[in-house]
Amino acid sequence: MFRFIVRRLLQMVLAFFGTTLIVYALMFAGQGDPIQALAGERPVTAAQRAYLTEKYHLDATGVGGFFYRYFDYISNLLRGDLGESLTGRSIGDILAAAWPVTIRLALIAIAVAVIFGVTAGVLAGIRRASVFDNATLLLTLLVLGIPTIVLAPLAQYFLGVKWQIFPPTAGADPDFFALLLPGIVLGSLSLATALRLTRTSVAENLRADYVRTARSKGLPNRRVVSVHVLRNSLIPVITFLGVEVGNLMSGAIITEGVFNIPGVGFNLFRGIRTEDGPLVVGIVSVLVVVYLVSNLVVDVLYAVLDPRIRYE
Amino acid sequence: MRVRRLAAWTALPLAVTLGLVACGSGGDGGSGESDPNAAVRIEIAEPQHLVPTNTNETSGSQVLAALFSPLVDYDEAHKPYEVAAESITSEDNTTWTIKLKDGYTFHNGEQVTADNYIDAWNYGAYAPNGQNSSYFFEKIAGYDDLQGESPKAETLGGLKEVDDLTFTVTLSQPYSEFKSMLGYTAFYPLPEAAFSAPGELAEGFEQAPIGQGPFKMKGTWQHDAKVEVERYDAFPGEQPKVAGVEFRIYQQLTAAYADVLSDNLDVIKTIPTENLSTAGTDLGDRFLQSPASSLHFLAFPTFQEEFSNPDVRKAISMAIDRDEITRSIFKDSQQPARAFVSPAVAGYRENTVGAAGEFDPAKAKSLYQAAGGPSKITLSYNGDGGHKDWIDATCNQLKANLGVDCVGSAEPKFADLLTKVKAKQPVGLFRMGWIMDYPSMENYLGPLYSTNGSSNYYGYSNPDFDRLLAEGASAPSEEEAIKKYQEAEDLLAEDLPVVPLRFGQNNFGHSTKVKNVEMDLFDRVNLTKIEAIR
Repeated sequence: MFRFIVRRLLQMVLAFFGTTLIVYALMFAGQGDPIQALAGERPVTAAQRAYLTEKYHLDATGVGGFFYRYFDYISNLLRGDLGESLTGRSIGDILAAAWPVTIRLALIAIAVAVIFGVTAGVLAGIRRASVFDNATLLLTLLVLGIPTIVLAPLAQYFLGVKWQIFPPTAGADPDFFALLLPGIVLGSLSLATALRLTRTSVAENLRADYVRTARSKGLPNRRVVSVHVLRNSLIPVITFLGVEVGNLMSGAIITEGVFNIPGVGFNLFRGIRTEDGPLVVGIVSVLVVVYLVSNLVVDVLYAVLDPRIRYE
Repeated sequence: MRVRRLAAWTALPLAVTLGLVACGSGGDGGSGESDPNAAVRIEIAEPQHLVPTNTNETSGSQVLAALFSPLVDYDEAHKPYEVAAESITSEDNTTWTIKLKDGYTFHNGEQVTADNYIDAWNYGAYAPNGQNSSYFFEKIAGYDDLQGESPKAETLGGLKEVDDLTFTVTLSQPYSEFKSMLGYTAFYPLPEAAFSAPGELAEGFEQAPIGQGPFKMKGTWQHDAKVEVERYDAFPGEQPKVAGVEFRIYQQLTAAYADVLSDNLDVIKTIPTENLSTAGTDLGDRFLQSPASSLHFLAFPTFQEEFSNPDVRKAISMAIDRDEITRSIFKDSQQPARAFVSPAVAGYRENTVGAAGEFDPAKAKSLYQAAGGPSKITLSYNGDGGHKDWIDATCNQLKANLGVDCVGSAEPKFADLLTKVKAKQPVGLFRMGWIMDYPSMENYLGPLYSTNGSSNYYGYSNPDFDRLLAEGASAPSEEEAIKKYQEAEDLLAEDLPVVPLRFGQNNFGHSTKVKNVEMDLFDRVNLTKIEAIR
């Protein structure tokens, strides 16, 4: 197990550099005129242009310029310095302010997905073809079919503005209640997928040999389901949720925008819109680490759930 | 103010259905009693900077307007009057004497002196400081010495202290409307505490700027979240009627709109495009409109052979039905324009474009054919500004009325369009917009149409026009200056280097908890007028 983790960590280092290189190259290639993009439609003075060009080495172009800027960036990164955004703010500070709220939002979303998704999935799996099963099928299909960009404003309008159950936006320092609606919206998609996965898995495992054995031993139904079936059914769900953690952190661009939560997705969106290369690469680098770590945790959890899985 | 200059907004109002309620400028609205101890919440975007000489977008200048008091403000007729200044006078329009009012203090207790202005302006003009608004000082003598990578001088030769409260500004050329410029954000003073050494801004000053205005900072700038200010009781000018303001930062206007609807936010400065059609029903008399300084137009690349004939340009202008597009596409959130300067400045006249501004398809077609206009027209625009609808509508009108082929061509961003235009690539007609820096006709004419104008991308050059502008700048009085500028504007109507299409408007709204919400010509909420309702 220890050797497995070390090997994975070493692979992560390679993966990290590979992805930052690709992201940096994409930003570099897609960059038109970041100084003008920053200014919008206002003309940029020569003094301002010269100042920013020098500060961010924007005159280093072509393949040579790319590697010069990339290595400059990486060497700063290794010293723990993520650099400055084009508006002169430290990206480290931006991320330090953005992460806590994004993590809280993601945790609420995951909790929603696990609590409602897995529970409803187990129930639907046990009572296959019942009214409950069909109702959840219909509901989850509906949720899966509505993209967040539609769902989030709708939820905001009805629950926040019209019926005033939740505050319509969360803001920078929200309490748990203010984050609940965005959390539910964000988690609803994961909830639907987790529900379908659990249901299928439970339904299948209920017909497995070991369940028949357990029942014939006279074990109470509750124990059969909660220990034997559930544990074996959770592996695909855990795989899905592990990947989803990364998705939820990076993919909250729409939700964070609609509910005005200045988290990671909010900043990523601004970085892309203003062609702020350093900011985008900084955020994506950290997201890469999040993905890698959550995948590692999922792999380790497999072994916990199913002792037959061994890592060497 | 180069706030969102050169056009268009990120949110160009393109409503989908009818339903705008036109309201007069200014807002009454509530009837409740005013509560002087309450704070109001106003929507802004994350400011780029909070240093006066580095701030040239509306969000930053809205915050600075709370913290600083300008030398001049503008009256109903858009003429400047003194605020922090006692008097601003000049004999020859070249040397200006600025006398400050006594009694103004910075929020840290420092007395405001002439040196505070001189130091701040020197800092702003010095090129290595890379300040966004440095060009505002280019009319001051000695500006050129501060440019380049290692400038010859560190201070503007044209700024001289006379006594504690008086200083003189010498311009490199006479300019009759210098006083009008002084209301802009770039001309605020900075306290000594702003500098760690002469000419060096103290680290962290931007996080909690110290001004001499009606409000002082409450805490620091909380990035992406809010900037809070509270009433500064030692302010000698007109005291605001609220205890404080929370400028709450939004990335998406739709989120701010939802907050205004549920009274979680008091003022939204721009109603998002998608909500314009329902704002009248949602907000009732809390949905307000007021004139803004922006002008939207289509520019001709006059350096291209096919557009070099003024008759071709006039025919195209006559073939466009501005009223129809403003009504059906913009749902009256903008106004049709038939002049080269905005109604926001003194000297504006309706209909200076003349016959070329009248929609007359039959005349347009015959004129177009007689002048030999091109059989295919391209309209270029930036695809990120919501311009597609009106560009397509304009194209359809040109097709129908001139019998030409017309296509709209989108560039990803305005920066990309500008790059092509500067390289004189054939992009056809291209859209542009303009927001004034300071209320003066000159600001709508000089940068856009003079031969060396900073934003003259269409290669227009008319020696008579340049001469009239110079005469206006050195005219002995503002009235005479305006006369010269109006003559210059008439020349534009003859040559028509651009087709003026629409004037912008502020479309804003407020919650049930505030009243007297007004927007000025710089897209800022008037913070001395606004009142909270008990």
